[in-house]
Amino acid sequence: MTRFASGSLPRYILQRVLLVLPMIWVILTLVFVVLRVAPGDPVSAALGDRLDDEALDQRREALGFNDPIVVQYWDYLVSVVRLDFGTTFSDNQDVLEVVRDNGGATLSLTLAAFVIALLVGIPLGLIAGRYRDTVPDVLIRLFGILSYAAPIFFVGYLLQAYVAGPLGLPTSGAAGVETVFYMERDGLNRTHILLIDVFLSGNSYYIEDVLKHLALPAVTLGLLICGVFIRLVRVNILQTMQSDYVEAAEARGIAPTKVTWRHAFRNALVPVITVIGLQFALLLGGAVLTETTFNWPGLGDKLVGYINERDYVAVQGIVTVFAVAVVVISVVVDIVNALIDPRVRY
Amino acid sequence: MSIEMSNAMSLEMSREPVISARDVRVWYGTTRGAIRAVDGVSFDLAPGETLGLVGESGCGKSTLGRGLMGLLPKGAKRDGEVWFEGKDILSMRPKDSYRLRGSHLGMIFQEPLTRLNPLMRISDHFQESIKQHDPSLTKDEIKQRALDALRLMGIPPTRYRSYPHEFSGGMRQRLMIAMALVLKPSFVVADEPTTALDVLVEAQIVQILNDLRRNFNTSLLLITHNVGIVAEACDRVAVMYAGRIVEQGRVADVFENPQHPYTRELLRSTISLRTTGLNFIPGAPPDLVDPPDGCRFHPRCPEAMAVCATRNPVNIERPRGGRVECWLVGPEDEIPPGGKQRLKQEELTVADEA
Repeated sequence: MTRFASGSLPRYILQRVLLVLPMIWVILTLVFVVLRVAPGDPVSAALGDRLDDEALDQRREALGFNDPIVVQYWDYLVSVVRLDFGTTFSDNQDVLEVVRDNGGATLSLTLAAFVIALLVGIPLGLIAGRYRDTVPDVLIRLFGILSYAAPIFFVGYLLQAYVAGPLGLPTSGAAGVETVFYMERDGLNRTHILLIDVFLSGNSYYIEDVLKHLALPAVTLGLLICGVFIRLVRVNILQTMQSDYVEAAEARGIAPTKVTWRHAFRNALVPVITVIGLQFALLLGGAVLTETTFNWPGLGDKLVGYINERDYVAVQGIVTVFAVAVVVISVVVDIVNALIDPRVRY
Repeated sequence: MSIEMSNAMSLEMSREPVISARDVRVWYGTTRGAIRAVDGVSFDLAPGETLGLVGESGCGKSTLGRGLMGLLPKGAKRDGEVWFEGKDILSMRPKDSYRLRGSHLGMIFQEPLTRLNPLMRISDHFQESIKQHDPSLTKDEIKQRALDALRLMGIPPTRYRSYPHEFSGGMRQRLMIAMALVLKPSFVVADEPTTALDVLVEAQIVQILNDLRRNFNTSLLLITHNVGIVAEACDRVAVMYAGRIVEQGRVADVFENPQHPYTRELLRSTISLRTTGLNFIPGAPPDLVDPPDGCRFHPRCPEAMAVCATRNPVNIERPRGGRVECWLVGPEDEIPPGGKQRLKQEELTVADEA
């Protein structure tokens, strides 16, 4: 029998990374096609009621919308490769700058939500699965269904109305006015990601202010996917607890707590890692709604604004960034999965 | 009866048994009622001895093996006595009987492919098992013991850090055996260890199990439905039908001179190179929620008599040693008048369909 050394791991990673390119190409093509299929052209959609026909046509010409579709497609691909996503119609900003300035807030929000979802979802799922059909299990399952089914804006409003007051938590924005002002004045916005910048500044007032602002949006978004984790972990625990290798471990006299942790729990968490990749896409979608609910100055909030403005260039740019983020995350998840589960590697 | 029997057995074996089961019963609760999967089984096993447990699927062989190990599913109940090193396992606290597992009672399973944790290296499996039972050992000592066990099973030390999926089925079964043996249990249940493997590997595993008792003086309960393996690897054989051991004794005695019709039919159904036509026993093992009255085999028995349908057969000594439960063998004085009349074929089919 050939020995599949761990040397196959680098090969696997290389394969996955190389696959990113065709995946991104497919996504770019989809974004391009979907936006062209929409009736009318971006220029008249965005500015049609403000400019006369001649001016509109000049704009179209300048932006290349009068070129054959294939030429437009090629120009689009080339510009994306050059990381040039164009300039927004509505407020004349470099799309990349919009992404840079607002992406950080979205990233902070999604990561915080993810941490909350994992910290809440996995333990609850483990408990529910380990103590199947007991009162805790039923309550946890109910919680899981409710948190997954409840619309984000509804949960957000509930938290704003009933939790924010008693706990003294802000309900809007990513930081207080002073924090934003002084951080910018003192040149402390080094990474353009507020959450990181305040920690870099080392100022406990700023840190507290930013964390307080983060709390409710992150919980709102975290609850959404925590339900998915609860159900997934629970089902996996039920499966691994009945697996042959758990029984074999029991037959070897391994202590029950060790059997539960090392054989049942650990193995039950493997599929969760796979799902994390899928959940990330859901989170970005959820981020759009959460950001709107909490006036969170993120990409999602911007995206909604640009959609309302019918700013196709901006939408195209932001959607592309979202899509690439999902692809990159899914590759990272695949690699982590291969590190944990040796069977994935070939 | 049980004292009488254990006397007879210890005379026969002339050594203190490692494990002796007395009147062991196992029930499974179902919505239709309790399934009496094992219904009053007794046997003894001397050090280094191998007892083959044969019978059709669904007659309680695996349940008996698991019952001895305490590996029964939730909702199963067991009863009777299992004496192991002077203590009754079945009346122990669950915690204490759990502690016997691995170090004293070993188990080898039917499906080696799924019995190893796919995320753990072979080395992790060994470390976990050895450390559990001997926490004082250092890492090097653990490794040395594990490598010794692997070498006995013909697995090179270079494979120590491999993952389970990197092994073939036969190798995985040898790994499972190595893992059971490294703890040096005095009693091992091997539940159809070769069923999932091909014939060549099967022969290899049987050889390994044979060596095992020579090297470690391990007693083995070998559950199988392969009569050939029993002939090859066992000292004694117990034939199980519908939750009871209907005949047991030395392999040569039982196979050359089967007393119970079920044993005879089972042997006739064995396929070998000389087989010209296929023999099978018509019908299937009975529903154990509501087993037939009298001898449980009587609806399928080609030699069933009137008494077989009404009275439980008596456990008696076989002519050349061992035990058997069949009215054909006796005891004559307990068969009521007219009880020796042959049962009619119609009754057979009716009972079969019921």
